[in-house]
Amino acid sequence: MHALLRHFFYFSSVLPHWRAILDGFLLTVEMSVLTILVGIPLGLVLAVIRLLGVKAVNLLVMIYVDVFRAVPQLVIIVIFYFALPYGGISMGPATATVAALSLVLAALAEEIFWASIGAVPKGQWDAGRSTGLGFLSTLRYIILPQAIRMSVPPLTNRAIGISKSTTLGSVVAAPELLNITGSLQSNTANPSFLTVGALLFILLFLPLVRWSRWLEGQMQQRKV
Amino acid sequence: MPDFVSTFLNWHVLITVWPLLAEGVGTTLALATLSLPIAICGGLLLAVLHGLESQPLRSLLIVYIDLLRAIPPLVLLIFIFYGLPFVGIELGPITAATLALAMNGSSFFAEIFRAGLEGVPRGLREAARSTGLTWWQTMASVVIPIGVKAILPDLVSNTIELFKETSIASAVALQELLRSAEIAQGITYNPTPLIAAAIIYLATLWPFVRLVSRIQKCSLPIS
Repeated sequence: MHALLRHFFYFSSVLPHWRAILDGFLLTVEMSVLTILVGIPLGLVLAVIRLLGVKAVNLLVMIYVDVFRAVPQLVIIVIFYFALPYGGISMGPATATVAALSLVLAALAEEIFWASIGAVPKGQWDAGRSTGLGFLSTLRYIILPQAIRMSVPPLTNRAIGISKSTTLGSVVAAPELLNITGSLQSNTANPSFLTVGALLFILLFLPLVRWSRWLEGQMQQRKV
Repeated sequence: MPDFVSTFLNWHVLITVWPLLAEGVGTTLALATLSLPIAICGGLLLAVLHGLESQPLRSLLIVYIDLLRAIPPLVLLIFIFYGLPFVGIELGPITAATLALAMNGSSFFAEIFRAGLEGVPRGLREAARSTGLTWWQTMASVVIPIGVKAILPDLVSNTIELFKETSIASAVALQELLRSAEIAQGITYNPTPLIAAAIIYLATLWPFVRLVSRIQKCSLPIS
């Protein structure tokens, strides 16, 4: 028990490094926010493009979505960071991670938006069009507000998941929280850094997980 | 264009490193075969326990499940692999990876199973119990079969997620498919092995991704 405390909860040894850890934490938050800000709107755009019903374009969108759903996120990050430079595209580790994860999130979000748009009753389209609204206005003022509301709980889950995936950036040495605490741990042979890292991740994600649970509950109540 | 092919899809490089990649595929499959059943059974067990009418047990399970859902799987893996040796628990890469994936996966499967089991109408359980079935018999032959049917897309989809997550084991130097591809890329100075790894994952998981879309489309409430 004593050894456990000394190794994993030796917080006074962690304190001098608070600045580096804070920077890592902030980069984790920044990467998550950027990924969500790029990924979700891109997913919505793809879903709307698919609505236009051009066969060749739809096929491309579907292939894109399937590829990014079937290939592990870490593999895509590693390809962005290690393989793309051979083609003349070089990015820093954090940028490569955000770029890869944004594309993954866009694919996941497209699926969710597409399903939600499909779940809006057909009559809503007809009603919108019959009042004289054009296709785009019907979409914007009638269909999307309903579809987006339905998308919120699954999108929240996906957004939390992708934020957790920013830790994968540590593999290509993006200096986010896991990378910082991991290297401090190996430099000082003190696993308390890992404890602090884990606690900070819990601090960041546990409220979000609880919130998504509450959101799902709200939606279920509305259904009943 | 020929430049692109010789850089990213170099057949010669692929042939050279193929044995390495094949070995990686084997390890990835082994890791998935070890961790998936544990995660699925663990998740079902957590969900069934959650269904018991005991408030303290329920709260405890929710805390456990939410904590595991909040910790990124790679953080858990690094903690298990690099942290636990300090208290004398040394696990090999494959054991550590299996443990991390099983713990993380079971919390997500638990949520899915819980939703499925709670969706089974109360009257059905009561009917089953009133015909003389015991609690376990009711669970095993009425509630679980009916509940699981409703959540099939989520189950398949989470299985795909967990299979993909085996790639994080590369971070603790387990030579699965991604790690093999990274090594091969390092040897040949050519990104073809990485692209090949992505294609292998795609070929393995694509049928299941299609399957999920298929089942989801059938259950979509389009009027």
